[in-house]
Amino acid sequence: MNMTARREADATNERPFYRQFQPEALKEALRRMYLIRRFEEGAEDSYMRGLIHGTMHLSIGQEASAVGSCMHLGKTDYITSTHRGHGHCIAKGADPKLMFAEFFGKEEGYCRGRGGSMHIADVESGNLGANGIVAGGIPIAVGAALAIKKQKRDDVAVSFFGDGASNEGAFHEALNMAAIWKLPVVFVCENNKYGMSVSTERSMAVEHVADRAAGYRMPGIIVDGNRIEDVSEAVMEATARARAGEGPSLIECKTYRIRGHSKSDRNRYRTKEEIEEWAAKDPIRHFELELIARRLLTESDVDTIRAAAEQEIAEAIDFARNGTDPSPDEVTRDVYTIGPWA
Amino acid sequence: MNAPITRELTYSQAIQEALAQAMDADPTVFLMGEDIGVYGGAFQVTGDLVHRYGEDRVMDTPIAELGAAGVAVGAALAGCKPVFEFQFSDFSALALEQIVNQAAKIRFMLGGKISVPLVMRFPAGSGTGAAAQHSQSLEAWLAHVPGLKVVQPSTPYDVKGMLLAAIDDPDPVMVFEHKLLYKMKGDVPAEPYRVPIGKAIVRRAGTSISIVATSIMVHRALEAAEILSTEGIEAEVIDLRTLRPIDRETIIESVKKTGRLACVYEGVKTLGIGAEISAIVTESEAFDYLDAPILRLGGAEAPIPYNPVLEKAAVPQTDLVVARVRDLLQGRV
Amino acid sequence: MPIEVILPKVDMDMAAGTISRWLVKDGDRVKKGATIFEIETDKSTMEIEAPGDGTIGQISAKEGTVVPVGVAVAFIFGEGEDAGAIRLPSAAPAKTADAPKPQVVAATIAPVPAGDSLKPRATPLARRIARAHGLDLAAVAGQGPRGRIRAGDVQQHLSKPAAKPAAPAEDYDLVPLDTMRRTIAERLTFSKTTVPHFYLSASCDMEKLLKLRAEINALPDLSKLSVNDFIVKALALALRQVPEANACWSDEGIRRHRGVDVSVAVAVEGGLLTPVVRAADSKTLGQIAAAVKDLAARAKERKLQPADYAGGTTTLSNLGMYGVESFAAIVNPPQATILAVGAATRRPVVVGDEIRIGTRMDCTLSCDHRVVDGAIGARLLAAFRALIEEPIRLLV
Repeated sequence: MNMTARREADATNERPFYRQFQPEALKEALRRMYLIRRFEEGAEDSYMRGLIHGTMHLSIGQEASAVGSCMHLGKTDYITSTHRGHGHCIAKGADPKLMFAEFFGKEEGYCRGRGGSMHIADVESGNLGANGIVAGGIPIAVGAALAIKKQKRDDVAVSFFGDGASNEGAFHEALNMAAIWKLPVVFVCENNKYGMSVSTERSMAVEHVADRAAGYRMPGIIVDGNRIEDVSEAVMEATARARAGEGPSLIECKTYRIRGHSKSDRNRYRTKEEIEEWAAKDPIRHFELELIARRLLTESDVDTIRAAAEQEIAEAIDFARNGTDPSPDEVTRDVYTIGPWA
Repeated sequence: MNAPITRELTYSQAIQEALAQAMDADPTVFLMGEDIGVYGGAFQVTGDLVHRYGEDRVMDTPIAELGAAGVAVGAALAGCKPVFEFQFSDFSALALEQIVNQAAKIRFMLGGKISVPLVMRFPAGSGTGAAAQHSQSLEAWLAHVPGLKVVQPSTPYDVKGMLLAAIDDPDPVMVFEHKLLYKMKGDVPAEPYRVPIGKAIVRRAGTSISIVATSIMVHRALEAAEILSTEGIEAEVIDLRTLRPIDRETIIESVKKTGRLACVYEGVKTLGIGAEISAIVTESEAFDYLDAPILRLGGAEAPIPYNPVLEKAAVPQTDLVVARVRDLLQGRV
Repeated sequence: MPIEVILPKVDMDMAAGTISRWLVKDGDRVKKGATIFEIETDKSTMEIEAPGDGTIGQISAKEGTVVPVGVAVAFIFGEGEDAGAIRLPSAAPAKTADAPKPQVVAATIAPVPAGDSLKPRATPLARRIARAHGLDLAAVAGQGPRGRIRAGDVQQHLSKPAAKPAAPAEDYDLVPLDTMRRTIAERLTFSKTTVPHFYLSASCDMEKLLKLRAEINALPDLSKLSVNDFIVKALALALRQVPEANACWSDEGIRRHRGVDVSVAVAVEGGLLTPVVRAADSKTLGQIAAAVKDLAARAKERKLQPADYAGGTTTLSNLGMYGVESFAAIVNPPQATILAVGAATRRPVVVGDEIRIGTRMDCTLSCDHRVVDGAIGARLLAAFRALIEEPIRLLV
């Protein structure tokens, strides 16, 4: 049962995405995309000024897959994410203030300064965390889905991962188990063509990640990851399936990351032309043009949204800078729930 | 007030009883593992639990240790209490990513905002002819990782109590069971009870030397102590029971009393639990009470061999404990 | 980029220094200009300031250890910086032509005794028991492997009827050398062994000086003068009169100083310091008194700045308050002269053909013969004496 399909925008009828969501929800989605974009740029800037420790993995250019997916999730739905997880975190409703506080290593951060960019999480809103291990979060999402099923909830777990993760053993083991146990999990692969520096052509035995779904008895759908409506419609169907007890799905979002893998990436493995070609397909620009064409927004409204996002990010960075540094005496705090023992 | 009813159970029956009582008390507890359903588990520990609790609560997993361990982690994060059985402790190597990078660290990395109430059980140790890849004692690997708790119950009474305590514990607990102990018999109370994690116990009081042992080596140390007693050497045998967190006080108090220490364990000697016990003693006030070098009797620097004579020679046996302790007490070391 | 906090050179000829006290610890926030540690130098204790704002960390030099000049002893981290941001120098720092050789940094690890040391092998328990009984383990026979002494061996020894007497305790206390003591030792040995000293003595009639002092001190609105203040002035004016003696030795030539700066020896706990009264020849007695009082107080508190004790063209050492009648001092190189004065005492003196009671103060002038010959020294001493004996001249 090959369920690979490509969804194209149908320009003659209004498509489900624009019918399903109220204008306010659509504008909120755009605002979230801008928030992610500005957040990433702000994080990058802070990093270059030496204010952020370690490194970071930016998702500029991948905003549509994050926001389009999370539009169908509520607080009791779970997500697991990747090392490139800032976008998913914001899309799931996280507060940029607390995220920046985390990047600055402050006690006010989501993880009290103990996790940093790669482990950013907001458990109260169902975000079980970004993960520093490629494919680390995939079986965990399946486990969360198992718990949902056992507890007879109608929630879903969404596992975000990249093309590289689909070559890890954990991916295959997790999809297999999700299928045999018919678990309410949606696997969302953001295929940005590179696992760090190695392209999918060189590392994957199939052309599309979605081709692998057939091996695990679940639908495999390919969408244009830079069009929020394509992503959203596919995720809507998949979450409906899951909530109805029909099991898992795999959605492959074809997208691209404009920045390098991490802050140390010199982009030796791709061409400037390729980067520019994808930059022209900016998901935010695409969406706002669609909204303007439907007279749901004017360019001036867009400017307002953009400015508000910038303002929010600037305030978030200020908040973070003035945060509380943890004390070295508390290195072993929260290693255990009952403890501590040395 | 009635005295608790105890009766003789084997170590593996005691485990099964603990699992059943935990599932009775808490609907979020469930079991995962390879062949634990109708097969009853590779060592017949889960037995008929699947018939009593159903396939939903006694789940057979595919042979996919990494993925299945990750599923257990995810379920623990989302409100369940999984008890995960590795068929052999050696297979934990496949799942180390989820045990060490995820289960052990999620709470800390997330600033204490969530716990990982996961229990994993590992049939471990040598003596069944299963050879190198099915006979290891890897508890020291996991005891090295902050965020995990690691226990090695050595009796039927302790395994039931510690397993129930582990399931209660909101943090990830790794339970190492020695395969040769599964058929060991002992008195086990019928009702649920807990044996605390993090407390060692003195199995035999003595004055000549403190022997700190784990798992099956506790029994070999006790046998050795009986033999040594006939030679005027009274050994104090301590069952360590928990490797992380380790019970420093019991060890230190004992060594202060006896002035001598031997560590007996099946894991490879080098960089094993004996190294930690020795260091604890020399860092503590017990140092000033030491009257002899510290002995470590551990596994050989080799994978466990297939040949039965070699297999026995690769780990400490009772006569080795007797001989080395005797050497120490008679001033030859 | 973290800011290096180095051990600065605060003294000429300083190759290394000892941090005597840290005022901050790892993790403290500091502001530029705040004092973060003190260095004990030859002369005094220097306060060292933070070179920037931030959090101090990576403190690597402990109190009491000797550190070469220019070495980083700590870092000040800005926001979000940590030890990872410290860049180690890729090459040795460039040295100036006369860069001093760094002294050996004091080891913080006790030296390992070579080979089979003299310490006996013994178990910790054996040592404990021996310590508790004040027993020297060297006296105990060890029956363990390789002669190891076990607790039982100690017990056996203690229960022997004829116990050996304990080894006698040492009969001195060892006082470690601090920087000041070391410096005094080095410099005065150098002076005594290399400078060709000769000594000139004279007795000064103190009658008029003591009377003049009493008159001045009776006036309520003037600050009190000590005898020493007069002596400082007298020495300074005498050197103005004999400028050849107001000189210092150097390899390139003799430096005839234009001003007269008098180093005044001040006894402090553990040694002595010589702060300088600058331009003593032009100061009034009152100004000299104030300067000496201030310098002596700060010397005793080890709060002198290098400017306070650098230079000097002569030294005055007065042991009169201790009752010393006369003594000869050691020249303070590169100065060429040092005047040692004793107590002013009542003694029989010859006036005309009679024996009377007079008050005399014995002075001894030590001179560096390379710079000051006998006649010059004599003229200096004579000029000094004349001013002491006719002290009105000190006022004009």
